[in-house]
Amino acid sequence: MSKTRRDFIKISSLSAAGIFAGAKYLQSAIPGNATKLGEIGNLNLNRTPTYCEVCFWKCAGWVHKNEDGTIKKITGNDDDPNCNGRLCPRGTGGIGMYYDEDRLKTPLMRVTGKDGKQTYREASWDEALDFIAKRMKEIKEKHGAECTALLTHGSGGHYFGSLIKAFGSGNVAAPSYAQCRGPREVAFLATFGEGLNSPEPTDIRDTRCLVLIGSHLGENMHNGQVQEMSDAIDKGATIITVDPRFSTVASKSKFWLPIKPATDIALLLSWMHEIINNGWYDKKYIEKYAYGFEELKDYIQPFTPEWAYGITTIKPDQIRETAREMANAAPAVIIHPGRHVTWYGDDTQRVRAMAILNALLGSWGRRGGFYIPDITSVPKYPHPHFPEPARDWRDAMGGKYKLADLALASGVCDATIPTPDLDCHIKAWIVNGTNLIMTLPDQRKTLDAINSLELMVVIDTMPAEITGYADVVLPECTYLERWDDLRILQGRFPTISLRMPAAQPKYNSKPGYWIAKELAKKMGLGEYFAWNTFEEKLDWELKQVNSSLEEMKKIGVKKLTREYDDIYFNDGEDIEFNTNTGKIELYSTALEEEGFDPMPRYTPHQEPPEGFYHLNYGRAPMHTFSRTTNNPNLADLMDENVVWVNPKVAKEWGLENGQEVYLENQDGIISDFKIKVRVTERIRFDSVYMIHGFGHTNKKLTRTYGKGASDSQLITRVLTDPIMGGTGMRGNFVTFRFEKESEAQS
Amino acid sequence: MREEIITSGRMNPHIDPHLAIWHWHIPLYLFLGGLAAGIMFFASLYTILGKENKFRGAVKRAPIIVPFLLIIGLTALFFDLKHKLYFWQLYTIIRIQSPMSWGAWTLMAITPLSMVWVAINIKEFFPKWDWKFFILKELDKFFTKYRVYLAWVILYFSVILGIYTGILFSAFNARPLWNTSILGPLFLTSGLSAAAAVIILFSKRQKERINFAKIDIMLIGIELFLIIHMFMGFLASTQVQIEAAQLFLGGPYTAPFWIFVVIIGMILPAILEFLELRKFHIPAIIPVILVLFGSLMLRFIISYAGQLSRWLY
Amino acid sequence: MRYAMAIDTKKCVGCSDCVVACQTENNVPIGHCRDWIVEITDGTYPELEIEIRSERCNHCENSPCVRCCPTGASHYEDGGIVVVTPNKCIGCGACITSCPYDARYPHPDGYVDKCTFCMHRVKKGQQPACVSVCPTKCMYFGDLDDANSEVSQILKKRKYKTLIPEAGTKPHVFYLI
Ligand SMILES: Nc1nc2c(c(=O)[nH]1)N[C@H]1C(S)=C(S)[C@@H](COP(=O)(O)OP(=O)(O)OC[C@H]3O[C@@H](n4cnc5c(=O)[nH]c(N)nc54)[C@H](O)[C@@H]3O)O[C@H]1N2
Ligand SMILES: Nc1nc2c(c(=O)[nH]1)N[C@H]1C(S)=C(S)[C@@H](COP(=O)(O)OP(=O)(O)OC[C@H]3O[C@@H](n4cnc5c(=O)[nH]c(N)nc54)[C@H](O)[C@@H]3O)O[C@H]1N2
Ligand code: SF4
Ligand code: SF4
Ligand code: SF4
Ligand code: SF4
Ligand code: SF4
Ligand SMILES: [Mo]
Repeated sequence: MSKTRRDFIKISSLSAAGIFAGAKYLQSAIPGNATKLGEIGNLNLNRTPTYCEVCFWKCAGWVHKNEDGTIKKITGNDDDPNCNGRLCPRGTGGIGMYYDEDRLKTPLMRVTGKDGKQTYREASWDEALDFIAKRMKEIKEKHGAECTALLTHGSGGHYFGSLIKAFGSGNVAAPSYAQCRGPREVAFLATFGEGLNSPEPTDIRDTRCLVLIGSHLGENMHNGQVQEMSDAIDKGATIITVDPRFSTVASKSKFWLPIKPATDIALLLSWMHEIINNGWYDKKYIEKYAYGFEELKDYIQPFTPEWAYGITTIKPDQIRETAREMANAAPAVIIHPGRHVTWYGDDTQRVRAMAILNALLGSWGRRGGFYIPDITSVPKYPHPHFPEPARDWRDAMGGKYKLADLALASGVCDATIPTPDLDCHIKAWIVNGTNLIMTLPDQRKTLDAINSLELMVVIDTMPAEITGYADVVLPECTYLERWDDLRILQGRFPTISLRMPAAQPKYNSKPGYWIAKELAKKMGLGEYFAWNTFEEKLDWELKQVNSSLEEMKKIGVKKLTREYDDIYFNDGEDIEFNTNTGKIELYSTALEEEGFDPMPRYTPHQEPPEGFYHLNYGRAPMHTFSRTTNNPNLADLMDENVVWVNPKVAKEWGLENGQEVYLENQDGIISDFKIKVRVTERIRFDSVYMIHGFGHTNKKLTRTYGKGASDSQLITRVLTDPIMGGTGMRGNFVTFRFEKESEAQS
Repeated sequence: MREEIITSGRMNPHIDPHLAIWHWHIPLYLFLGGLAAGIMFFASLYTILGKENKFRGAVKRAPIIVPFLLIIGLTALFFDLKHKLYFWQLYTIIRIQSPMSWGAWTLMAITPLSMVWVAINIKEFFPKWDWKFFILKELDKFFTKYRVYLAWVILYFSVILGIYTGILFSAFNARPLWNTSILGPLFLTSGLSAAAAVIILFSKRQKERINFAKIDIMLIGIELFLIIHMFMGFLASTQVQIEAAQLFLGGPYTAPFWIFVVIIGMILPAILEFLELRKFHIPAIIPVILVLFGSLMLRFIISYAGQLSRWLY
Repeated sequence: MRYAMAIDTKKCVGCSDCVVACQTENNVPIGHCRDWIVEITDGTYPELEIEIRSERCNHCENSPCVRCCPTGASHYEDGGIVVVTPNKCIGCGACITSCPYDARYPHPDGYVDKCTFCMHRVKKGQQPACVSVCPTKCMYFGDLDDANSEVSQILKKRKYKTLIPEAGTKPHVFYLI
């Protein structure tokens, strides 16, 4: 087996045009002359439907063009329940993805020069795809088709998923599970027999009390939720925010509980204690629907507010008062399940505690709590059955994480690194739309895995870090330049929405479906992509639900009828929950079966050593992970991240606002770049905070390279959730460094 | 702790992080305008008073530089404009409430007048000057004959110009530092003081020099008085103005202002001129240069510091 | 007719959507903006308060920028909207200096630019771009002279303030507090 040493290549052979990117951008990004008053044409006459790909909320919108077909702006579709006609800043600024001059422009193939140095050379699509098809065939012959994997995030997953399944592999993983909402899905499945999926069926607009544990809505710009939260504020709902940081939403909350990091389970248990012991729980609901109440009641007896105070630093009367507030609002109360919940490794249990609280207050299936979502199924354009893979990622897990209901991206990584106890290691990755270097914790491990591969293909729109490790880089065009599968999402009522190209793909980039189909043809799997044109496929599918491509082009979003007639439980209705007991499991039989605590338990977590601080991270409303930091419109709003430091800490270290420092974590990893200090009261004295997605190391991202620091780089200590394999990322500590060794020496 | 930040990355050039829309052009333009106004003021004043021959330096010699000062000033203003090709729009309308507008119009009037003035006095420098063309000779004769009337007109415009250069800044109440009624008189006085100094340089008669040295010392006295009052006014006013004054009282402009403007540009030349009156031998050029330097610096510093000062909200 | 905007600081999350939307709607060049977000934090952890404001030209009723403009490029339009006519503007910067809110900036093309209350949209009966995208629906736009307009209504119901009232500019952007 020949091991390719995959040096990171800075995609330097990109066409020379890229060099002038900065200078040229100003002209191309602002098409036409500057506005003279009243000269804006009627852009509404020339608009095409799309749904947004800047994050995974997938708001439907319109792309507006001027008379000569130049894309000018993107707005929301009024009929779309995800956005109600209003996109978030990232969606509005999505236009910058299309105009970004740093985009990938043509397929690239890794070549080794005579001097042994690796570089990329530009290749034709034919060449690049031929090469991949040939390599995949070799790998199949040598190791078996199942020793390949797709790591994907975003719409392209549909096509590359079909491709790799048709090829014979079941390894399809997204970072939105084990690095994001996995523990939450497992916790809610264990409790209510249903996961939450996306968009979450939280009935925020009608709630009377919204409890946010971490969840930083307003910075987390998941559009529909932010909109509904604002409606709730209008209607006078109480917001309770539990966050060690004074988040934006904390500032809008009636109660802000500045909790000590990593102690949420203690708070949740003492809330249960109050709600149960004071008889504030929904007795009828619990009696009818719940399993294990008595066990829970006995179990929570020691968890008094006083007990929790010692752990969380939240005062007992505050705990009582907020418990009371929730009870008063019940059942129109939401203990928000959060979304990025992979924090400290006991995440499934923490979210279980949140689920149990919701159950006690009777909010599941109730107005102002959680509604019953509906999703429609649109028949897929027919294709042959996928072959059954010989084994999949789960076999590599040695019986662990049986409760995980989706594949783990980190698990695929583990299964790639050679160990003696596995008979099949993954040998090829297709990576689509996920910048694994910045997405997975512990970069060293990701690189180990990448170094063990025989083939890595990366499909991306930008020269993201991950592209530098690929054997072949395939440039996808942006969402504004392509057709994609219908958006079919759950909601209060089911909707479908259409994405169509607003412009021809720029440069030599291609849509994902085209890449997958062409590759499939070359791999002899063409029958899985039997349609001639994508329009034909969409039209066929739309006709199955009494619509058509013609219609969808005009309306963009179509509301379909609900299958279940009501979005809330009817009073006293008999309901069979999809759990072992058919009830809401306060006491989880499923967890017990697997040898885990059937009821959530608080375990103390490590505290920062002297001179170190919790590395806390989160979202900025105008950026999505690492994908938008180079977007000209959005970089204009925030072009670097800063590290939030409490004034007391700043004083101790002599740090000033705007001063640049390196961060070093508990494992001696020092950030590649310096980051500016923001001295602010909004962060606790035991933590620092930064926005995820900055500190890019690829110079080809000209706008964002070297701006700010990367939290991903500093997350080397991973607290794995034993229940479902989620990668807890909040167990890292950092300290300040004024210079690097290399600098000190020179 | 109070933290006030702009979170949307606002970085409008010349506006953020603080206003820097006016660079050297405007203070230079104001300095030259003020100086020109001062010279023309003295020239026309002494003409009207019938003392042309006693004060030849003021009336006939110094004004020779005025057209140049004005043209350089206007050029500076022109270079400051960001939409230069639309310059002519200034002269399509008179907007009384806009100092910029009547300043532009005043300059439009006083520049040719100052040229005429220079023309009728050109023989002071070039006794053999010949206008060559009949028409020019006739014009020369005409204006020379009516020079007192001309002086009245010029006096009128030079006062307007002088005031204008003073109040351009103070018209902007958005900049707390400029938002004081003392700035107008201060700049006006400073312009006159600079003019007096220049006249000393151009004058050939000891008596005239002494006269203008006295005037200058008096003007500097007034300036110092105005400056003290200005700061007292600031400190007795709102928080915003107190903060504006702090720019000069411990803030970044403290040293430049007190050293360059007040000590080197006012007190020192006043002392030198005083010593000169006491018959000490001081090269005349030194106090003149110091006064001009002080007067220029005053406008530069007030211009830059004013753009730094802002309302708090 | 007197156009005005009311912005609810209790709902604004400072997401800056109004800023990007203005940029794409009005061709505001990258690196420049007509509106911006101010965040003010007061207090000591954990006794804290934040006010977030989306700011722009206040379309002052008594606007120094109109007064000081030597060419008349800065002027009032119907409904008290303060606008700059680009090809009358000489770029002298007087109006920029005169605005206590720093609401204007020199456009790279030479003239001075600022918020127009999206006059081109308002004339067509649409909401200004920033108002129309705001995810929290925290902005209200309309006619103050019409007692039934959304702005008039919300100003009747809620406490509000304007920025730097001492400057005497009589702003037409109100902040609900
Ligand atoms: N603008 C924008 N919005 C986004 C995204 C984006 O990239 N950009 N991404 C989307 C995606 S995929 C996701 S998963 C979501 C993620 O968004 P959320 O689910 O809201 O993520 P969290 O990790 O819950 O939120 C981070 C908050 O947790 C707080 N926190 C840190 N440690 C603790 C702790 O120990 N206890 C408590 N109670 N709080 C703590 C932090 O201070 C911070 O305020 O955002 C979505 N929305
Ligand atoms: N340190 C740290 N790690 C995290 C998180 C964190 O907060 N901190 N958050 C976690 C969470 S909640 C999530 S959901 C994941 C998200 O993880 P990812 O989805 O991997 O996040 P991004 O960094 O946005 O990477 C997306 C990549 O897709 C590319 N891309 C964008 N549009 C397209 C397209 O149309 N086609 C193709 N082919 N590519 C496209 C972008 O250029 C970029 O390289 O990250 C997780 N990892
Ligand atoms: S929430 Fe924002 S970024 Fe995400 S899909 Fe909607 S508009 Fe796009
Ligand atoms: S769009 Fe709305 S919520 Fe967002 S910053 Fe602007 S005003 Fe605030
Ligand atoms: S805010 Fe400034 S630019 Fe707008 S009208 Fe008032 S003074 Fe003029
Ligand atoms: S810059 Fe333009 S709009 Fe402003 S005052 Fe000068 S001419 Fe008027
Ligand atoms: S009203 Fe229009 S021009 Fe003014 S800030 Fe809003 S979007 Fe920009
Ligand atoms: Mo996520």
